[in-house]
Amino acid sequence: MSPVLSVQNLSVAMKGASGIVPVLEHLSFDVAQGKTMALVGESGCGKSMTALAIMRLLPEDFVVTSGRVLLDGENVLAAAPQALRGLRGNKMSMIFQEPMTALNPLYTVGDQIGEVLRQHRGLGRRDATEQAIGFLKAVQIPAAEARVHAYPHQLSGGMRQRVMIAMALACKPKLLIADEPTTALDVTVQAQIFDLLSELQDDTDTAIVLITHDLGAVAELADDVAVLYAGRCIEKGSSQEVIAHARHPYTRGLMACVPHLHLGPAAANVQRELEEIPGMVPPLGARGAECAFLPRCAFAIDVCRAQPQPPLDVVDAHAAVSCWRHREIAP
Amino acid sequence: MSTMEAPRAREPSALPSRPAASPLAAMLRQFGRSPAGVIGAIVLLALVLITLLGPTFYGIDPLDLAGAPFTPPGADAWLGTDYLGRDILAGLIYGGRATLTVGGVAAVITIVIGVTVGALAGFFGGAVDTALVKLTEFFQILPSLLFAMVLVTLFGQTLTTITIAIGVVSWPTAARLTRAEFLRLRNLDFVKASRAAGAGNGHLILRVVLPNALPPIIVSATLAIGVAILFEGGLSFLGLGDPNTMSWGLMIGQNRNYVLDSWWTVTFPGAAIFIAVLAISLIGDGINDAINPRLRKRG
Ligand SMILES: Nc1ncnc2c1ncn2[C@@H]1O[C@H](COP(=O)(O)OP(=O)(O)OP(=O)(O)O)[C@@H](O)[C@H]1O
Ligand code: SF4
Ligand SMILES: [Mg+2]
Repeated sequence: MSPVLSVQNLSVAMKGASGIVPVLEHLSFDVAQGKTMALVGESGCGKSMTALAIMRLLPEDFVVTSGRVLLDGENVLAAAPQALRGLRGNKMSMIFQEPMTALNPLYTVGDQIGEVLRQHRGLGRRDATEQAIGFLKAVQIPAAEARVHAYPHQLSGGMRQRVMIAMALACKPKLLIADEPTTALDVTVQAQIFDLLSELQDDTDTAIVLITHDLGAVAELADDVAVLYAGRCIEKGSSQEVIAHARHPYTRGLMACVPHLHLGPAAANVQRELEEIPGMVPPLGARGAECAFLPRCAFAIDVCRAQPQPPLDVVDAHAAVSCWRHREIAP
Repeated sequence: MSTMEAPRAREPSALPSRPAASPLAAMLRQFGRSPAGVIGAIVLLALVLITLLGPTFYGIDPLDLAGAPFTPPGADAWLGTDYLGRDILAGLIYGGRATLTVGGVAAVITIVIGVTVGALAGFFGGAVDTALVKLTEFFQILPSLLFAMVLVTLFGQTLTTITIAIGVVSWPTAARLTRAEFLRLRNLDFVKASRAAGAGNGHLILRVVLPNALPPIIVSATLAIGVAILFEGGLSFLGLGDPNTMSWGLMIGQNRNYVLDSWWTVTFPGAAIFIAVLAISLIGDGINDAINPRLRKRG
């Protein structure tokens, strides 16, 4: 079956005073119906830019310099403005990180969920509100009939994020992009939101792109994972495989920072420092052709310095990695 | 992650006890707590009522030569007569209607032009913004009184021309303010979220950003009424009022040469203008007070 989302060779650059600077380079991944693809990586590695590029919501100075984004076979990057509005919120939608600021303070949550239905389904105001109540129930908001008339400032962060999810799923999109949907919430609420997302996914068969720092959530929710580093995909595969058998030195470092991963969620609060990855992600514009991880890599040898970024080497059906030495590092 | 227990206890939001107060209703309630705003509103309402209902109780035509010229205030004419013998009180009542109408309509023109220009500039940015900012600056550096005088001289000394001229020279302030609000708001998450939900530019400008930009625009609209009233007075004083329609400004303008001998001819309309403008600026203060604590609370 052809994937719902197919990102092919996507590159994004920033137009700055000092010329054009690559932000994302040759990113490719597919997400099938009902599957979840996690994007992980340190702050600034380009996860949000990937999401925004797919939605065609890149900030002013950012441009797509290569690639295609196929949603159900249709290239989003080539869609006319009218067609694009028909896709957003309808076939693909997005949940933002900050539930406190992602809802309009001047409208009730019912109005905001209803607005999506009014636009894409042509519903009248009353029907839209009616359906909004149903969606509030679906995202497990208690007293939905009363809360549909509440304003965002009357809800907690967790509830607002539920409202965002209801808005995003109102039109039964094929694709949902969740950009760190729980970062702003406290720990127990985070778990609830992740549970909710996976329950809803079981019902709707939506393909999800989940951006997160939470490797526990990746292990639990994601079918596949792509690890980004400095705008490049350096390891990709099924989440089982990547977590159990990380090959890239950077991914291995990430996993080492979460030692309890295999111990199960009960130990989620244990904060043990095993191994930290020294150094920092090279900033935009300071990225050469060679392996982006080179300055921080304990395994670096001459070939890493001499050669450009290694190609994503397909190791087996479940994993691909971009490292010259992965066979030695993780045989 | 098996922490599904007690989600209700974790999320403490109280159910709205009364039907959720809309932000507008909350603002009105807040306005009611501002003494300045309430006093201003009462005074302005009184002025409006006087000009609307006055004629039914006080039957003298403001343009009639009702008595001897320069009759001082007294039994013959409560507030005296002017240099032609027209009744001052009748002038205040009927003239108030014209003056307040000019103020209101000119403020509407000011706000409509200013908000349109500012919203488009701030929302779209880029070349649109550059062009509209140039236009705004051009209108702003023109000496506005002189420019209005030219317009009135060219197109005729009628109340309509005067009103339009005031609107046309006054909008840059509103445009700058609106542009700044749009620049601030257009990158906020809820605007991005609306765009991600498929909203088009028209919807984003009118239904998403504009309502959030409204509070300072309302304040500036209020103040624009006061400015327009003063402007009308200024034009009339310089002899560019509409001679066929009684207004407070016209009364001052036509009687200004006699102010030393017959103080009442100019003092009463002057006081009327002063009271009206003061009331309006008090209302502006009240609205400001009503808005700002809310903005701070929302963060
Ligand atoms: N509006 C912007 N203007 C200029 N540079 C930006 C802007 N937004 C992001 N960047 C830069 O683009 C790069 C990619 O950023 P992106 O937001 O995609 O990172 P991220 O992986 O989502 O990080 P985080 O985990 O912090 O959200 C970063 O180097 C960042 O500094
Ligand atoms: S290619 Fe070389 S520098 Fe890059 S991660 Fe592999 S070993 Fe390290
Ligand atoms: Mg991000």
